[in-house]
Amino acid sequence: MKRAKRGAFREKRWILALPMYGFTIVFVACPLIYLFVLSFQTRADIWGVIPEATLENYRDILEPVYIKTFVTSIQMALLVTGCVILAGYPFGYFMAKLPPRWKKNVMMLVMIPFWISALIRMYGWIIIFRANGILDRVLMALHLIDKPLKLLYTYPAVVVGMVYVLLPFMIYSVYSSAEKMDWTLVEAARDLGASKVQAFWTVTFRLTLPGLLSGIILTFIPSMGLFFVADILGGNKILLIGNLIQEQLMKSRNWPFAAALSVVLLILTSAFLWLYQTVTRVRDLEGLL
Amino acid sequence: MKKSKIPSIYITILLILMYLPMVFIMVYSLNENKLSTSWTGFSLKWYKMLWEDENLLEGLKNSLILGGLSCLGAAVIGTAGALGMQKIQNRSKRVVEYLSTLPIMVPEIILGMVFMTFFSLIGLKLGMLTLVIAHTAFCVPYLFLQVKARLVGMDPSLEEAARDLGAGPFRVFWDITLPLIAPAICSGAILAFAMSLDDVVISIFVTGAVTNTLPMIIYTQMKLGVTPEINALCTVMLGVTLLLVLISNWVGNLSGRDGRRRSQKK
Repeated sequence: MKRAKRGAFREKRWILALPMYGFTIVFVACPLIYLFVLSFQTRADIWGVIPEATLENYRDILEPVYIKTFVTSIQMALLVTGCVILAGYPFGYFMAKLPPRWKKNVMMLVMIPFWISALIRMYGWIIIFRANGILDRVLMALHLIDKPLKLLYTYPAVVVGMVYVLLPFMIYSVYSSAEKMDWTLVEAARDLGASKVQAFWTVTFRLTLPGLLSGIILTFIPSMGLFFVADILGGNKILLIGNLIQEQLMKSRNWPFAAALSVVLLILTSAFLWLYQTVTRVRDLEGLL
Repeated sequence: MKKSKIPSIYITILLILMYLPMVFIMVYSLNENKLSTSWTGFSLKWYKMLWEDENLLEGLKNSLILGGLSCLGAAVIGTAGALGMQKIQNRSKRVVEYLSTLPIMVPEIILGMVFMTFFSLIGLKLGMLTLVIAHTAFCVPYLFLQVKARLVGMDPSLEEAARDLGAGPFRVFWDITLPLIAPAICSGAILAFAMSLDDVVISIFVTGAVTNTLPMIIYTQMKLGVTPEINALCTVMLGVTLLLVLISNWVGNLSGRDGRRRSQKK
């Protein structure tokens, strides 16, 4: 009886999904397909693209200058991820051990910067890092340095900026897995005679590994694409893949080459995402939202 | 076992470091000195200057229109999508769901470039329309995922009861489903609005020569250096985002509590 009554409504409700199907296909799928097509096309002499199939764009990426950019980006990503692990893992781990009423507040404090424009947060670092800025003044007042460090527009400034933007992801991931952990296992290990370090290494670390891994993926992927951090805190000195794509697109107007670079970055990104999903078995992004 | 103080000290220090840059922006926006290297006195004049800068007000207007339209578009597409998807059980569903979340998964710069080249392919003139389409694309996932999660947690017997009592499909939607998913729609929409209000990377690629949004103006000026006006502007944007997130959180919590109470009653 139930089914008969429900039938009429159920059959029609799928119509509601049509706008989403339409929008997604036209404005997400098609543009992405076009990106692939574009990456195999030829650049016109003056402006635009000629529909002539070529592999040249991908061959160009192999030129030493561009390979260097990829290497710089990956190095930067590794360094940033390393720093994020060092700062974020203990944070997430300690956070899980806080008393419940503190946990919620600290969580909130960690997530708020995540929603505030990274651009604005970067701007705060400009104020701190620039010549004769806050950092220079404090260090000089403490007589740690004699003359301004002028950290703005240097490599360390970019690293700090990226670590700063990406840290919440790591904290969140590590915290979620440390939170779910059964702490009695650690106690059991201690009771059985393991030292603190041993107990951490054999129990805690292994059990929080999925969180750590997902944190690594969530840091590593974006750190290759964050072009505006390198742009704002690095001046024009540090060229990452993101900056190269932007430059090719806006200044050189070599769209097919920019498309080829994007495809390579996209493939790298998807490979890491796939890894992330298989490692943590999280299929949706819902956990993050 | 003696409790170590190190964890709480570590957490406190890192949290302070996280908020320090934002605090500096706020403090310096109240500084009277133009060079903002030293503190010369309290002043609200930079905020007053913001209010008189027509370029900025134009940017603010554009940002609000853009945020409003893309948020509305995403709310309609995402909510309807989540409702309809519930009733679809084939392969296309997973493909479309996956594709629709891509805009918040792929690096922003790629999304920006993808839209820019595609709009030029189909001959759409860059401007407000293209901005709205691009922003709607990355706002849809926020709405879709939130509403979907809410629908999964919803008790289907409520809708069935309404139907058994003779309510038509519209009546059921209006009286039962919509009130239940409204908090999810609201909190998703507010987050989407906040994201749209903050976006600069994607906007740079899909905007025309004349349509500037607020973050784009900030970005351009930021590359030229530090001015007290940007300090004030950033402080305002910081405050607005913070407020939106807190409201969204509050609405979200409200719905959670509401849902629990409802299921307890049952």
